[in-house]
Amino acid sequence: MNRIDLLFKEKKNNILSIYYTAGYPGLGDTVAIAEALQESGADMLEIGFPYSDPVADGPVIQATSKQALDNGMDLNLLFEQLKQLRKKVTIPVLLMGYVNPVLQYGVENFCKACADAGIDGCIVPDLPMYEYEELYQGVFLKYGLRNIFLVTPQTSDERIRKIDGLSDGFIYLLSASATTGKNLNVSDVTTTYFSRVAAMELKNPTLIGFGISSKETFEKACKYANGGIIGTAFVKAVAKGDLKENISSFMKMFR
Amino acid sequence: MNYFVNEKGYYGDFGGAYIPEMLYPNVEELRQNYLKIINDADFQKEFHALLKDYVGRPSPLYLAKRLSKKYNAHIFLKREDLNHTGAHKINNTIGQILLAEKLGKKRIIAETGAGQHGVATATVCALRGLECVIYMGEVDIQRQAPNVARMKMLGATVISAVSGSKTLKDATNEAMRDWINNPVDTHYIIGSVVGPHPYPDMVSIFQSVISEETKKQLMEQTGSDQPDYVLACVGGGSNAMGMFYHFIGDENVKLIAVEAAGKGVSSGFSAATTFLGKEGVLHGSRSILMQTADGQVVEPHSVSAGLDYPGIGPQHAHLFKTTRAQYASITDEESLEAGLLCTQMEGIIPAIESAHALAYLEKMEFTGNENVVVCLSGRGDKDMQTYMNYFGF
Repeated sequence: MNRIDLLFKEKKNNILSIYYTAGYPGLGDTVAIAEALQESGADMLEIGFPYSDPVADGPVIQATSKQALDNGMDLNLLFEQLKQLRKKVTIPVLLMGYVNPVLQYGVENFCKACADAGIDGCIVPDLPMYEYEELYQGVFLKYGLRNIFLVTPQTSDERIRKIDGLSDGFIYLLSASATTGKNLNVSDVTTTYFSRVAAMELKNPTLIGFGISSKETFEKACKYANGGIIGTAFVKAVAKGDLKENISSFMKMFR
Repeated sequence: MNYFVNEKGYYGDFGGAYIPEMLYPNVEELRQNYLKIINDADFQKEFHALLKDYVGRPSPLYLAKRLSKKYNAHIFLKREDLNHTGAHKINNTIGQILLAEKLGKKRIIAETGAGQHGVATATVCALRGLECVIYMGEVDIQRQAPNVARMKMLGATVISAVSGSKTLKDATNEAMRDWINNPVDTHYIIGSVVGPHPYPDMVSIFQSVISEETKKQLMEQTGSDQPDYVLACVGGGSNAMGMFYHFIGDENVKLIAVEAAGKGVSSGFSAATTFLGKEGVLHGSRSILMQTADGQVVEPHSVSAGLDYPGIGPQHAHLFKTTRAQYASITDEESLEAGLLCTQMEGIIPAIESAHALAYLEKMEFTGNENVVVCLSGRGDKDMQTYMNYFGF
């Protein structure tokens, strides 16, 4: 069974997923970060593969992406590292990144490499629903990969239904229409939106991401969805100093 | 063969809207409304009135007699350099500002490389009283100080793009990020025929006034609206798309797009996208772009900031792949020499971008009867420092 499906089958709330960029802060840190996160209670990992022009990202994740590229990270190396990672890490792992590196790798090659490396799903923010449905869904399904779509406060109910129909795994609810790293401002607008989506009783579970950086914001996410995703706050926390110590103290905020 | 956009937003294999969900509502709003708004009679009336009385259109089609004699052909220059603000860019910004008003937008953002599109955007924002924010690479801000001052004088806020290579590509990324963070009240005026559908189509429609006028002018001056060749330079490709637009269906008219070879196509300092690029996705559409084997976008080089872009618009990619248009390239030095030649033979100082198109005349052979139209997309005032440094004036 796909590990994402298994996770949501066994756990209905308080799910914590952590994003980090492969090859950051050090080229070889990808596996060590995953192990430390699993040990300290993360339920799922989203590993970013770096891209030169990450338009959906704010300054912090842009900088990690640039650093990772400068360090020499690319998809071939990442897939090698992921094979090592899977020897020790049993929680679900997704790859997150932009479509152009995937197209250059070849969509079928990419999906096959994901399957071989034990990847459970992908988040490709600039792969549109139409192109996914027409061209890529068959390949994703063939290799047992879950493709995760994003939903924002501006996404219409009709479109959310369509996304739900096309999705497996979970749906990624953005707390705001924003680039990554903006603070979550839980206003009436966001709670109305979270409640609106919750009331739609989608077939897929949901996780809330963008702007979760504290116990308080994580708990708010858990109130309206099955859990939350933390990215920017985490990569900031591991930028300098001892990796294991930083991860363990960061995770203590939530676990 | 269909060379224009289909109902899915594609030109053959190219185009589409590769955008994150955060941009979907903005782009979808545009997609649903742009043709309806543009084709509205009142919109057309207002657009053409502004092009005439504010921009100064129609721009002349000038038979350059001394260049004609030198090259042994009838060389016509389409004088976009005589437009208000000095280039073809204003055709598009006038169209888009009117469209933004119809959509009820209160705030305008744009990217700019050399500053020409930024100035054209700041100009129309001043004209219509809308808030204007221009993203410009930190490196470009330093090398294009007069245009930065123009934008500020016009009331725009100029924001320095400090990410990546700090040039046009990064200014575009920053503008897209701004749009993601301001999804409701903001319109993004993209300056070229790039970006997610419907931008390439919309911008080419606004720029198509160039070829629409050229056809009428050719008919008056030569008795035929079908020249033998039409030439234009290509960065993202908006002046070329405007210059080609109404000739694309005339299969006997040869279309030549001239890219910037920089220091030479194989030098590692080039912006010759069709020679060096591969198919991929950049700034929201599938096209041809310069990239590494791993799909990372490569930083281009050209002496002309307006051609210094690692991609081309999706319609250009389609015209290239179907061979409807021929894609050539010209080096920095060849373009500067052609700029000097045009200046001293016709009394017209061209923008270095436009000088790339002029330079290609050197590589062509004529028999004396051909009619050749070259799009003189902009004037060279902004490039005086570069001309001065090269020629030592």
